[in-house]
Amino acid sequence: MAKITLSNLRHSYYPSPSEPSDYALKEIDLDWNDGGAYALLGPSGCGKSTLLNIISGLLVPSEGRILFDDKDVTALPPDQRNIAQVFQFPVIYDTMTVYDNLAFPLRNRGRDEATVKTRVTAIAEMLELTDMLDHKAAGLSPDNKQKISMGRGLVREDVNVVMFDEPLTVIDPHLKWKLRSKLKELHQRIKATMIYVTHDQTEALTFADQVVVMQDGEVVQIGTPVELFERPAHTFVGHFIGSPGMNVLPCDLRDGQAYFGEHQVALEGAVVGTPNGKTEIGVRPEFVTLATSGLPATVSKVSDIGRHTVVECDADGSKISAIVDGAGPEKGAAVFLHFQQNQTRLYVDGWIATQAEEAQS
Amino acid sequence: MKTVNQKAWFFVLPVLVLVAFNALIPMMTVVNYSVQETFGNNIFLWEGLTWFQQLLTEERFYKALGRQFMFTGLILVIEVPLGIAIALSMPRQGIWVPVCLVLMALPMLIPWNVVGAMWNIFTLPDIGLMGYFLNSVLGISYDMTQDPIAAWVTIITMDVWHWTSLVVLLAYAGLVSIPDAYYQAAKIDGASNWSVFRFIQLPKMKPVLTIAILLRFMDSFNIYTEPFVLTGGGPGNSTTLLSIDLVKRALGQFDLGPAAAMSLIYFAITLLVSWLFYTLMTKDDLN
Repeated sequence: MAKITLSNLRHSYYPSPSEPSDYALKEIDLDWNDGGAYALLGPSGCGKSTLLNIISGLLVPSEGRILFDDKDVTALPPDQRNIAQVFQFPVIYDTMTVYDNLAFPLRNRGRDEATVKTRVTAIAEMLELTDMLDHKAAGLSPDNKQKISMGRGLVREDVNVVMFDEPLTVIDPHLKWKLRSKLKELHQRIKATMIYVTHDQTEALTFADQVVVMQDGEVVQIGTPVELFERPAHTFVGHFIGSPGMNVLPCDLRDGQAYFGEHQVALEGAVVGTPNGKTEIGVRPEFVTLATSGLPATVSKVSDIGRHTVVECDADGSKISAIVDGAGPEKGAAVFLHFQQNQTRLYVDGWIATQAEEAQS
Repeated sequence: MKTVNQKAWFFVLPVLVLVAFNALIPMMTVVNYSVQETFGNNIFLWEGLTWFQQLLTEERFYKALGRQFMFTGLILVIEVPLGIAIALSMPRQGIWVPVCLVLMALPMLIPWNVVGAMWNIFTLPDIGLMGYFLNSVLGISYDMTQDPIAAWVTIITMDVWHWTSLVVLLAYAGLVSIPDAYYQAAKIDGASNWSVFRFIQLPKMKPVLTIAILLRFMDSFNIYTEPFVLTGGGPGNSTTLLSIDLVKRALGQFDLGPAAAMSLIYFAITLLVSWLFYTLMTKDDLN
């Protein structure tokens, strides 16, 4: 087990990258603490698999270093890094039994059969694979195959980090939930660092203590699920996490006050520095309420999402969503919107630019 | 309520008609010949199983059969590993992929009798490139029209040249269908190159290799044109394979009855071996 440090990491799939857009990963500095459960969240193509493959050693980064417990492993091949990786599609060795599959990484490293037996039995027990040990791995269901992939990673007692690359893609929905809680349980038991790559926010938020959100090869925010939800550091995080995503409205800044159209919007706190660039207001639909006064808007769509109703409104050419309890207003109704002040923030060029007021919470 | 009727038979009728005309009727004609004696003029005499008894007690048949199994065995032993080795060393991506594939496919595009004629000229000791080179430059005595071993070396080399590509292309198709994750997982598990071959590549190639071996078995077991053009079954009878022997009986000696009996036995052997092989290779997949 180890702490993993990524230092000044950059990667490009081109042989001689010149522009920033040539890089699949742009300047990553990141520490993964020993024993943490991390999720790497981002849309397809944001560089999360690239990052994962660099940590596992399947890819050598163009620039920068990877340290495991302050030991430079940048040049080490995957088998010498003591890592485990579970892929999107279950990888199993078809011709072997489940037992031999689990024993494979140990036997490749020349462990004696007694050790192999102890470890394999223990891991099989943990993953509930004990009754299948004698079966050929080829005939198993996808979720059991995926458990074997996991088991092959966990079977080595010295594993530094276990990485999951969208491991639940091919699993049936009702088993997804089961396997996810199994993962969480495994993490508590073996305390290995785990990194879970996904583009599914539910998976990320339920699995991880810390979520790393990536976009276009950059880390935009690292935080607990609550932090990401409550205080997105970037409009992208606001958009990507939450359903529906955060409302992002164009605004003007006059004398330190934000104006949406001609309507002044109260922000959570003082604006940081002198903003220079595109200014936007961000507020989550959960903190938009229908009021008797405030921003005038017209209801354009009402969707019932079970416990709540999502009311989509038009105001001054922008769409604003609000989540309200109970039945919403009729389509076409004129309403007034109120933004909860301590949840209304200013973003400049996408990045958060207001200070949270200590007193408010 | 499901309606039960016999309409489905109409749907298989076209296939039945087709099979009847291209397999059953010709086959029954052969069966007809195999139990009778004929001297032409449409006169047939009933002989029962005489031809079968005669054939199965005859040394000539067993020798041809032995040569046939030796030929097929040798080409399989060479072509399958060689084909896999070539497929493994071919690039998986890049501009060389189509080049390699076309180069590999070329020998298979050449008509069989042309292949025989090419190798015939190629190996002539006085003017053929290979024949001349072996005899006059390297000083190795090589003449496939005189020496049975040279004749065997030549027909085997010719078949390897002509048909290894088939194994290569099928094995290659099996290889490129293996997702990268398998190789990545193997790297992480610390597998050696041999283990990658043994536990990933070979199992993933197994279905296509089964087909490749089956095709090569059937094709080589029934081979006629190339060795006929190249050696004509000689020198002596040293390269007289089953099919060459069969044609000698049927058209050379005009022994239509015995030839018909032989083709039935020949067919039965091909069918039996193919069925046995395929059943053994695929029995694991069914469980």
